[in-house]
Amino acid sequence: MASLKEMRNRISSVKATQKITKAMQMVAAAKLRRSQDAAEAARPYARRLASVIANLATGVSGDGAPALLAGTGRDDRHLVVVAAADRGLAGGFTSSIVRAARAHIDGLIAQGKDVKIVCVGKKVTAQLKRPYGDKVVDNFDLSAYRQITLSVAQPIADVVTKLYEAGDIDVVTLFYSRFRSVVQQVPTALQLIPAVVEGGAEVASGPAAVYEYEPSEEAILETLLPRNLTVQILSALLDNMAGFYASQMTAMDNATRNAGDMIKRYTLEYNRSRQAQITKELIEIISGAEAV
Amino acid sequence: MAKLHFSLVAPERELFSADVDQVDAPGTEGDFGVLPNHAPFMTTLREGRVTVRDGSTVKLFDIQGGFADVGPDGFTILAEHAVEVAS
Repeated sequence: MASLKEMRNRISSVKATQKITKAMQMVAAAKLRRSQDAAEAARPYARRLASVIANLATGVSGDGAPALLAGTGRDDRHLVVVAAADRGLAGGFTSSIVRAARAHIDGLIAQGKDVKIVCVGKKVTAQLKRPYGDKVVDNFDLSAYRQITLSVAQPIADVVTKLYEAGDIDVVTLFYSRFRSVVQQVPTALQLIPAVVEGGAEVASGPAAVYEYEPSEEAILETLLPRNLTVQILSALLDNMAGFYASQMTAMDNATRNAGDMIKRYTLEYNRSRQAQITKELIEIISGAEAV
Repeated sequence: MAKLHFSLVAPERELFSADVDQVDAPGTEGDFGVLPNHAPFMTTLREGRVTVRDGSTVKLFDIQGGFADVGPDGFTILAEHAVEVAS
């Protein structure tokens, strides 16, 4: 049985922890709102760009198509970009992305494919370096950036493009957490290269406007595809950011609640043993007085 | 009179979206102006200034590279980087 002083100390230490988790929850909630707005604000650009590319891609198919769209025609060598958080204390946020990525990577290795990995986020690097140390070709640390902008996504896109242009990889897949809602973040795999044209058929069947191109269709597509790559990475990072704060908020909310439960339990126990001690002392005094 | 629906979108956010009278933009192969009911047209953009005219109000944006898409439902600029400048 712990002494009363020890129990008092324990209660006050849990109370201090609860204060911290509560503060973190509030900070995460504020940051969540901001990063959610940022993720929303970035959507129109990504959507427009995707629809323009879909439009163009239907016109430029076959031999003339740029390599980023057509691929190399093989799928022997894969690059897996895993993007998650730089910091912890967010429940299973990073782990769930890493788990999805590992399943994918192990599947590819089992098929005898060559796999390279790029890690985005400190926690990802820590979790993937151990099992796949020799396969990690590059890693990024985003904790230095206060805001996710295009200039954050650009270096990652550059690394991917450089590897692709050097002919080292055939297929690029990006793993991130899609932000569905505050309570739901879905680890998602997105194929970056060859570019997946969304709704291509739908666009083609629409009213086929005869476009005039300046300079040429191919030249425009050639400049748009690398940009699309960057923008896709950017929106993945923004989604991640929002998802991270959402799951940090949930995790901290749980922690605060747990701390509250613990305080209640300890306080009850403390009061009980204090009362027991008082009763014991009273009995001693009374029986002492009776004996006299 | 018909209006042109114009939107200027940067990767981080949408800067402008409204119905206007005329938009001038710097294309890689020369500056051009777009009026309502323009023929469908696509081009890449170079660094320069976009002028948006609506009635007597004029808005100016500096953009760095990008892409212009004039379609049946309006004119869209996807700029790599864009800031509004005081006119």
